[in-house]
Amino acid sequence: MNDDEDLSAPVTMEMRLSVNGIGYPITVDTRETLLDTLRERLDLTGAKKGCDHGQCGACTVLVDGRRVTSCLTLTVALDDREITTVEGLADGSVPHPLQTAFVRHDALQCGYCTPGQLCSAVGMLAEARAGWPSIVTADGGSVDARLDEAEIRERMSGNLCRCGAYVNIVAAIAEVAR
Amino acid sequence: MRPFVYRRPGDARTALAELAAEPGAMYLGGGTNLVDLMRLGVLAPRTLVDVTRACSDAIEVRPDGGLWIGAGVRNADLAAHPAVRRRYPMLAQALLSGASGQIRNMATVAGNLLQRTRCAYFQDPSKPCNKARPGTGCPARAGDHRNLAILGYSDFCVATHPSDMAVALTALGAVVHVEGAAGPYTVRMPGLHRLPGDEPERDTVLEPGDLIIAVEIPALPYAACSRYRKVRDRASFAFTVVSVAAAVDKSGGTIRDCRIALGGVAPVPWRAERAEAELRGAPIAEASFRRAADAELTAARPLTENGFKVALVRNVVVRALLDLVGVS
Ligand SMILES: Cc1cc2nc3c(=O)[nH]c(=O)nc-3n(C[C@H](O)[C@H](O)[C@H](O)COP(=O)(O)OP(=O)(O)OC[C@H]3O[C@@H](n4cnc5c(N)ncnc54)[C@H](O)[C@@H]3O)c2cc1C
Ligand code: SF4
Ligand code: FES
Ligand code: FES
Repeated sequence: MNDDEDLSAPVTMEMRLSVNGIGYPITVDTRETLLDTLRERLDLTGAKKGCDHGQCGACTVLVDGRRVTSCLTLTVALDDREITTVEGLADGSVPHPLQTAFVRHDALQCGYCTPGQLCSAVGMLAEARAGWPSIVTADGGSVDARLDEAEIRERMSGNLCRCGAYVNIVAAIAEVAR
Repeated sequence: MRPFVYRRPGDARTALAELAAEPGAMYLGGGTNLVDLMRLGVLAPRTLVDVTRACSDAIEVRPDGGLWIGAGVRNADLAAHPAVRRRYPMLAQALLSGASGQIRNMATVAGNLLQRTRCAYFQDPSKPCNKARPGTGCPARAGDHRNLAILGYSDFCVATHPSDMAVALTALGAVVHVEGAAGPYTVRMPGLHRLPGDEPERDTVLEPGDLIIAVEIPALPYAACSRYRKVRDRASFAFTVVSVAAAVDKSGGTIRDCRIALGGVAPVPWRAERAEAELRGAPIAEASFRRAADAELTAARPLTENGFKVALVRNVVVRALLDLVGVS
C-alpha cells in the first residue's frame, strides 16, 4: 500500500496546544505525533523517543492527568486537552516528590527512560488512588493504594529501562506510594 | 507517512457520512494500532475520521444486570468499572492483562475489537502477506509462525487475532451495535470476526464504513464466577501466546452450564463450543476438564513450530477451570 511514494502536499491545521499550563498556538502537520511536536517544535525534550511504537514508555506524558504514550498520540486531536510533561512536574523550584525519591534512591543510570518513568508513575499513583485494580490485584479485592512491590512492577510494566534500574525505581515509587 | 485530512465529527451519522464521502478514509479510535500501522507503512488512509466524540464513552448497567458499553470507552475505564469487576471478572482480567497502563488509557473498546494481527509479515510492508497485501502469499506458513494459529486458519492465512478483551467478550456472547449505511444493526459474538478462508484481508463481517457504536453484554449471572488466564512470553506487557476465558455455573457436584473461549489459537477469538458441550452436566473433576479441553483440541492442526500450543491450551483450560471451582 505504501509502494506509491507519496508526493501529495502535507495537510496542516491551526490549533492551540496547552502544555504545562502554557497555551501554544501552532500549525501542525496532521501526521505529527505529540512526541515530535513536544521535542521538535516546542523544545520540550524531556519526553524521549525510545521505540516510537508504544512499546517502551520513554515518551510517556500526561493528557488531562492520564498517562499515555505520546509517540502514538496525534497532536491534532489534542486541541482541548491539557498536557503535562516531565518539565511540568515540579512545583516551581520544588521538585515533585517522585523526582526527589528517584534521586534519593538512585533510580536511574543513563536517565533516558527517567522522564517517562516519572510521568508514568504520577499517572499510575493517581490510578491506584482512584481504586483502579491491576491484574495482580487479588480477585475482586479493593486496591490498597500503598501498593506492594508486585503491584508497582505490574503497573509500571509499560516502562522499560535498558539499564535495568528497576530495583531502585520500584523502591523510589514505593516510598511515595506509602 | 502519507498526508491525511483529520476530522472529528460529534455524532455517528456525521462520522458515517464523512467516511463514505472520502475514498481511503478510516475511523480513528485511540490510535494505538492504527497510528502504529500508518507509521509502519502498512496502512495509508487519506482521511482520518476521529470517532472518540461520535462514540459514547459511557457504561450503563442495565436493570437485568447486563451492561451497555459505549464504543469510545477506554480499556482502562472499562476494566476499573465496579460492575465489570464484580459481574464479569473475566472481562476486567482480560483487559488488565493486555498491553500497558498507558495503552489501556488510550485504547477504545471498538478499536480493541478491530485491532489487526501481530503477525510479523503483516506489519512489514516489504514482505508478502495475503492479509495486508492480498494475493502476495503467506510466508508465515513456512516461516515464522511460532505464535500463530492452530485452529480455524486457511491456506491463505494462519494469523491469530491478538485481542485479549475480545476473548472475554466472545465467551460472554457480547452483542456489537453497529451503525451501517442502511441503518443500525447488531452482531453477536462470536460472529463479528470471520475466519480467513480465501479472503484473509477481511477480519470481520462489518462492511467498509460501518461504525461500531456500542457493545452490549447480556446478563449472565454465573459470569460472576469467571476468569481470564493468559500465558505470555514474559510476566507482563506482552501479547498472548495462549489464553482462556472461562465461566462456570456449578450446581451440586456438577457443571450446570459454562462458557469457554480461547485466545492466541485462531484467526478469531475462539468460542470453544465443543468443550462447553462436553462440560455441561459433567461432574466437577479434573478428568472432566481434561476431556472438555481434548474435545476442543481434536480439531487442532498445529503448524511445524507451534505444536506446543496444543498441550499449553489443554493445561491452561484445565487450570482455569480448577481455579474457578476452587480445587487446587
Ligand atoms: C505496545 C503494545 C502492546 C499491546 N499489547 C496488547 C495485549 O497484550 N493485548 C491486547 O489485547 N492488545 C494489546 N495491544 C493492542 C491494543 O489493545 C490495541 O491497539 C487497541 O485496543 C486498539 O484500540 P484503539 O482505540 O487505539 O484503536 P485504533 O488504533 O484507533 O483503531 C483500530 C482499528 O479500529 C477501527 N476503529 C476504531 N474505532 C472504530 C469504530 N467505532 N467503529 C469502526 N471501526 C473503528 C480503526 O479504523 C482501526 O482500523 C497492544 C498495543 C501496543 C501498541
Ligand atoms: S499469516 Fe496471515 S497475516 Fe501472517 S503473513 Fe500469512 S497472510 Fe499475512
Ligand atoms: S517511544 Fe513511545 S513507547 Fe517507546
Ligand atoms: S536509566 Fe538508562 S534506560 Fe533507564
